[in-house]
Amino acid sequence: MRFEARVEVTLRDGIADPEGATIERALPALGFSGIHEVRSGRSFRLTLDSDTEDEARELAQSVADRLLANPVIERATVELSAA
Amino acid sequence: MAPVVGVVVFPGTNCEYDITVALESLGATCRYVWHHDEGLGELDAVVLPGGFAHGDYLRPGAIARFSVVMEAIREFANSGGPVVGICNGFQVLCEAGLLPGALQKNAGLTFLCRPVGLEVASTRSVLTRDAAQGQRLTIPINHFSGSYVCDAGTLRELYARDRVVLRYTDNPNGSVDDIAGIANDAGNVVGLMPHPERASSSLLGSTDGLVLLRSLLDSVPAAA
Repeated sequence: MRFEARVEVTLRDGIADPEGATIERALPALGFSGIHEVRSGRSFRLTLDSDTEDEARELAQSVADRLLANPVIERATVELSAA
Repeated sequence: MAPVVGVVVFPGTNCEYDITVALESLGATCRYVWHHDEGLGELDAVVLPGGFAHGDYLRPGAIARFSVVMEAIREFANSGGPVVGICNGFQVLCEAGLLPGALQKNAGLTFLCRPVGLEVASTRSVLTRDAAQGQRLTIPINHFSGSYVCDAGTLRELYARDRVVLRYTDNPNGSVDDIAGIANDAGNVVGLMPHPERASSSLLGSTDGLVLLRSLLDSVPAAA
């Protein structure tokens, strides 16, 4: 079966996020109000073949943890859907 | 015998020639080690120079750490061999888990290329054994992701074991506790963001990097 995995990589809580902070500071100048925190991240889309959904999820999570995210400062979440 | 230093070259490394000239000016012999090499051969020390290994895609060092040569470097480091990562090399050593923590984007989100003031915080490492505790050095940095970060427990451990090697006197990039360079517990693996090879000749404006490079060569057992 073919699956699509969306991997979202974000900085761990407490890790400084200069990009998010810069965006946050720019918002009032653009007329946006009421936004209290911006955290930046990256997303990846993997298309993969696997016998079961569990295996697909495990494979994607493993790629996310070993390569896409640096566990020292980042965490990765995986969302899976049938492709 | 002149110490033989392996200079590791990944696709995208660009400081291999500079570090070679600087180390050879101190009497070393340098040999390039390609990222795909399975073994290091007979070497006395290893340097991972600066640059943009694998284009710094994903994160600096994230892909380089899977290179074939990294296994041999890990073995060399674990057997006590001196290993120094400069700038991108420091990032690779952190990604590979040979040093703790990570290098994040600079706090100001700008690429920084200028001389910075440093203070030698420990002389226990292979890179600082010939320097004096507290010695001030001026050495250039050249990076976008040089903000050192680690968790509080790691930071305590670094200080408790005298593993903070160099600190900025005027923090340019947001590094935790002004840290510019650290060592592993044994002191034989060191990573630093500043480029000592760019402060290795009066023509370059500073020779402050020489004491670090000389330390590395002096740490080679055969030279003692």
